[in-house]
Amino acid sequence: MEMVESKHKWKAWIYLSPAIILLLFFTVWPIINTVRMAFLENYSGLKAVGGASFSFGIGNFQKVLKYQKFLQCLKNTVILCVITVPVSTVLALLIAVCLNSIKFLQKPLQTIFFLPYVTNSIAIGMVFAAMFNIVGSFYGTENEIVVTAGIINNIIEFFGGKRINWINTGSTYLANMTVMIVYIVWNALPFKILILLGGLQSINKQYYDAARVDGTSRRRIFTRITVPLLSPMIAYVVITGFIGGFKEYTSIVGIFGEKMGPADDAGRLNTMVGFIYDALSTNNQGRASAAALILFGIILVVTLINMQVSKKRVHY
Amino acid sequence: MEVLLKNLTKVFPSRNKKSGEEVVAVNDMTITIPDGKLVGLLGPSGCGKSTTLYMICGLQKATGGQIFFGKDDVTNLTPENRGVGLVFQNYALYPHLTVKQNILFPLQNLKGEDKLSKDEMLKRAIDVARLVQIDNLLDRKPSELSGGQQQRVAIARALVKMPRVLLLDEPLSNLDARLRLQTREEIRRIQRETKITTVFVTHDQEEAMSISDEIVIMKLGVVQQIGKPQDVYDSPANLFVAKFLGTPPINVFSGCVKNEKVYIGRDMIMDAKGVEDQEVWVGIRPEGFVLDEKGPLHCEMNAVEVMGRDVSIVASNSSAATPTIRAIIPSDSGVDHSGKSVTFSLKPYKTFIFNKETEERIYLEK
Repeated sequence: MEMVESKHKWKAWIYLSPAIILLLFFTVWPIINTVRMAFLENYSGLKAVGGASFSFGIGNFQKVLKYQKFLQCLKNTVILCVITVPVSTVLALLIAVCLNSIKFLQKPLQTIFFLPYVTNSIAIGMVFAAMFNIVGSFYGTENEIVVTAGIINNIIEFFGGKRINWINTGSTYLANMTVMIVYIVWNALPFKILILLGGLQSINKQYYDAARVDGTSRRRIFTRITVPLLSPMIAYVVITGFIGGFKEYTSIVGIFGEKMGPADDAGRLNTMVGFIYDALSTNNQGRASAAALILFGIILVVTLINMQVSKKRVHY
Repeated sequence: MEVLLKNLTKVFPSRNKKSGEEVVAVNDMTITIPDGKLVGLLGPSGCGKSTTLYMICGLQKATGGQIFFGKDDVTNLTPENRGVGLVFQNYALYPHLTVKQNILFPLQNLKGEDKLSKDEMLKRAIDVARLVQIDNLLDRKPSELSGGQQQRVAIARALVKMPRVLLLDEPLSNLDARLRLQTREEIRRIQRETKITTVFVTHDQEEAMSISDEIVIMKLGVVQQIGKPQDVYDSPANLFVAKFLGTPPINVFSGCVKNEKVYIGRDMIMDAKGVEDQEVWVGIRPEGFVLDEKGPLHCEMNAVEVMGRDVSIVASNSSAATPTIRAIIPSDSGVDHSGKSVTFSLKPYKTFIFNKETEERIYLEK
């Protein structure tokens, strides 16, 4: 700072101003406002415009935490995160290693694996919904229309299994969750594969030559050389995976629609972000803000834990 | 362990599919590397010396020919079954492992009968660390070591399995000048102590000559000459070898042989008994010049560089292949610094003639 002479300082501020102004308006102020709204009892934007005043307190938080729906949302989010992040990371690692070790068709396959990333997740969700869908009822009474099932149930039947009601009326929570996990894992793979493949390709080939000269088995090469050398990338993928996982929302909409659950149990699969949207759309900005802050707190804690673990495990 | 390369050939397929030109990296190479000796593969970049090393190691498959370790034909064996230790140019130490773990790594790979107990492994690792004098650095990470120390760790890692053959790829190229001198002594000492047949690759002729028992000089995949460093320097087989060895480099003149006498321009410099009349290249080592007013070779003097013990005379001659030539003479031989011309007589054993076309040496009768 002392490098810049004081008479030139105003120039520096002018150059910085476009970015600063935008950030103030669209990032800093919303954050401050969120905190403000969260601590105003029963704050509502509509009432505020109407001239109502709100007392200061932590009522919003208490309400959110007592709310049965919120606890369901929290549970859904945590389950999805805890399962999909490790599963997708391990799968992505295996796929990236395989992709990296083939020469033939490497580029086309890379493109194919990356395609989901550039496809709209609602559209993918609809396709997945169709795959798991059942049209008509399969508790067939004699007069009932013919049942048509999605491709997954057809495959299950082909191998002699029984149809499962994945997402329709009467489906179980376990079935719903399974579909969500498959979909989220599949959707999360491309980005992770891309990052890990990039990491793999930047590992000096000589490490592998050295390992070959020393007669290292493939498994040992993978666990003792590839994974440690890739650990910064793996840490990055896991941390961003958890952050993204806690913000899961569109994937549920993609498969179950705005009801966030099967037709007979709307909201069963709702997530934290879904809860915030619901609160906003019913003009409960106070409650939405409180939930957003709780979500922020959870992500912060999880990320700190992640970073603490990676400090010990990651070799830079 | 004696290493025999028999008609070894390596052909790389062309990168450009249209032209279809293959690259012959090593062409029909046959050499014997004697047991327990330190041999330097020497040549300019792209001459196939590293390829040869990697073929001995097994990381690259030979296109043709055979490789023997003693009586074993190892041509089709994988690297781990050959019993070789390889030190990479940039060492390839695993950055996430400590020095100790790096050295232990090859031992932990051993399976079946060769498997060692933990104590044995540790003992061998410490022994080899002591040999290369890094036993005080065992718990450091490679990033916390200097270049020279990393080099030693890499050598220790290659030696810990007790390989039959030790291979070093440009072992000194990543070190600064001072460390280079030190490390090459060190490599020599380690090799003498372990008596392991060692092959190393370098493009630095000084490095190769200073520590090798034998040097193999290569050019474009073809072996040019093999021999003890001093022998090769004193009696190069062709112009390429003569030019490649020695700093400052040999001075090359365009000359001719007439009536069994060698001429540079009009100056008759020496006899050439039994040599037919022909155009030749004449190579004169810088130390082959003797300041002599009555000497046969006349040159124009450009500058005199004082180096202390010696002086270096930079001169020019219209027949020289380079704009300037360089003669090194003792500083007490009384050079006239302000002189415009200089005359030399030549030491016959520092003067070589080569066929103008083939650049092969023309040996003179004594």
